[in-house]
Amino acid sequence: MLRAIRHKSIHPAFCAFRAFSSAAKEMTVRDALNSALDEEMSADPKVFLMGEEVGEYQGAYKITKGLLDKYGPERVLDTPITEAGFAGIGVGAAYYGLRPVVEFMTFNFSMQAIDHIINSAAKSYYMSAGQISVPIVFRGPNGAAAGVGAQHSQCYAAWFAACPGLKVLTPYSSEDARGLLKAAIRDPDPVVFLENELLYGELFPVSAEVLDSSFCLPIGKAKIEREGKDVTITAYSKMVGYALKAADILAKEGISAEVINLRSIRPLDRSTINASVRKTNRLVTVEESFPQHGVGAEICTSVVEESFGYLDAPVERIAGADVPMPYAANLERMAVPQVEDIVRAAKRTCHRSVPLAATA
Amino acid sequence: MSLSATKFVHPITTPPTSRSSDKPLFSTFFGSNHTKLRFNKPIVAAQRRSSSAASTSFSPVVAVSSDVVKEKKLKSASNLLITKEEGLVLYEDMILGRFFEDMCAQMYYRGKMFGFVHLYNGQEAVSTGFIKLLKKEDYVVSTYRDHVHALSKGVPAREVMSELFGKATGCCRGQGGSMHMFSKEYNLLGGFAFIGEGIPVATGAAFSSKYRREVLKEPGADEVTLAFFGDGTCNNGQFYECLNMAALWKLPIVFVVENNLWAIGMSHLRATSDPQIWKKGPAFGMPGVHVDGMDVLKVREVAKEAIERARRGEGPTLVECETYRFRGHSLADPDELRDPAEKAHYAGRDPITAFKKYLFDNKLASEQELKAIDKKIDELLDDAVEFADESPLPPRSQLLENVFADPKGFGIGADGKYRCEDPKFTQGTAHV
Repeated sequence: MLRAIRHKSIHPAFCAFRAFSSAAKEMTVRDALNSALDEEMSADPKVFLMGEEVGEYQGAYKITKGLLDKYGPERVLDTPITEAGFAGIGVGAAYYGLRPVVEFMTFNFSMQAIDHIINSAAKSYYMSAGQISVPIVFRGPNGAAAGVGAQHSQCYAAWFAACPGLKVLTPYSSEDARGLLKAAIRDPDPVVFLENELLYGELFPVSAEVLDSSFCLPIGKAKIEREGKDVTITAYSKMVGYALKAADILAKEGISAEVINLRSIRPLDRSTINASVRKTNRLVTVEESFPQHGVGAEICTSVVEESFGYLDAPVERIAGADVPMPYAANLERMAVPQVEDIVRAAKRTCHRSVPLAATA
Repeated sequence: MSLSATKFVHPITTPPTSRSSDKPLFSTFFGSNHTKLRFNKPIVAAQRRSSSAASTSFSPVVAVSSDVVKEKKLKSASNLLITKEEGLVLYEDMILGRFFEDMCAQMYYRGKMFGFVHLYNGQEAVSTGFIKLLKKEDYVVSTYRDHVHALSKGVPAREVMSELFGKATGCCRGQGGSMHMFSKEYNLLGGFAFIGEGIPVATGAAFSSKYRREVLKEPGADEVTLAFFGDGTCNNGQFYECLNMAALWKLPIVFVVENNLWAIGMSHLRATSDPQIWKKGPAFGMPGVHVDGMDVLKVREVAKEAIERARRGEGPTLVECETYRFRGHSLADPDELRDPAEKAHYAGRDPITAFKKYLFDNKLASEQELKAIDKKIDELLDDAVEFADESPLPPRSQLLENVFADPKGFGIGADGKYRCEDPKFTQGTAHV
């Protein structure tokens, strides 16, 4: 799997990678996740995989491709369509020392298992006063997909991040996907691992370090994807790519944006965010989910609490529209943040006028 | 065909060859081993008879509806199951379902519709056999494979097609999409994308009929609810929870299982400890019936009794229709796991072909009459596509509508207008 690396010119948005990527090696997010699962299963026989269509079908999005053949049906379990059942079984297995990786075909379906994620997985360590830990990973695609309507297009980052006892990770690039998934599987606590379907096929440059089987990223640490001095843009998952594109556009207009890839929603890397805001004095938060009580709201509070005196402009929050996802393509586009929304918000924080004619 | 209408269908047939035979054998741990489980456990008719006998011996609930159907047979002067008019209605509805879905595939590949599109081809006998017996006031609750249920219930093809195109003239103004068809006018209650989700909602609709009749004293409230779902759903807890409550409270509902043997790439036999779904009815104190879902007349016989039973206030029925989908799970499914021999077997049992033959054999319709229906449906669908294509996109102002029935305090400015109509709205999507 690691050999499936293609050579392709690096997109300018990813120039930050060049610093440590000597050869232009690239990998899709799909292969990054697959190789991380493969390596962790190979390293630890207690790791097993369960979910709908993860085995014979090779995964609804082919993330588990080849794993059934390699590890057999004892460790790659196709389940019936019973989220409440198999998520709970995973939690129970984790109570007694196994390390389940439970795949939800999409995180929308995790709603059927929410009781076990919140009540069984997240609270057991506390309720048992530290006697029972729950080293489980719930993973799968999250966030808006394309054209699939309200029940299949929703970001649950803020939902899970509101619950003490859960760690919530949101990878963007292949490096994130590999490093964070390995960290999640090795972690002693329940981790909600939110992937994005529209990123699975995207190629990202990866260094030799990232490809090493010992590679692992720290949970709770954000990554500065692009350094800048005028405005901080925080984003996670797919929105990191949008923020980087916005930063490119802003650079052409003389605004230097710093893009922070949050990587971890809980714990939230408050120190990296605040350090950046103290440098740039302006903040735009970007998320795909609903605005109210969201990730942006939490980041804004953190900055108001810790760096209020450093702010030169009101914080701008870009989020999905406060509506269930519409099906019609034109409405759907309006319901999720676009690159131009981020550009406009960043300019507003920098007191640049936005001509109305430029609106989409 | 007519004579066998009361009998149980043949067991789930074992195709002669197994796809898996050339694959390495794993141990038979849990459910992941296809090779052993899939074909060594055919649902045998003898088993079925003995278990239904057993269930009748300790309970007044029967596992089959054959008694009722036999009784009806005796009364009938002719051994024909339908009149010519009924036959033509059923044929037209099945053709509408089939042609509509074929048109959807074309339009999807042309980029006119998007996302997940789950087609119903092969299962028409179930939708037609059940829904054509309903009154307009009766409720239908469907799944993500809902286009044809909507059509059978009477939602105009124009509105369904337009919804799929994401246009303002769709039955949900382009807000719902393929998996979420709703029509208050035709009492189609959705359109649910999650497995099992529709069953409690359907049970709630049935509850409302009973409540209106018995508590609100509305004598006319005798609606029946049909809940459609698949074999995969029958492993989900919500199914069992609702079988219990529906039987406990004698709700006017029919649980219609469209057992097409596959939940995406998961064989029913690999997912379910006891694959005879109909047996789960008697376990909860309601009749469980297994019927050939490729035969519209058999489905109709069973449906008639189940619906009448519900309307009489005698409670719910579980009907397992053994059927098959002729296409992949959705248009995005590569459909690589189903055995070609199995597909060929069911293709040979195409419900439309079989019904055509029945109509001809019994001189209920001529070739020309059916050709005329085909032509009529072709024209209807051409019109639906043209209508959908020419319909306007939903206006920008629609984005924030319909989130609340009472939208005060939500997205409404001081002037009473939706904030999204404000030109500044586009400055940031959070600013609603």
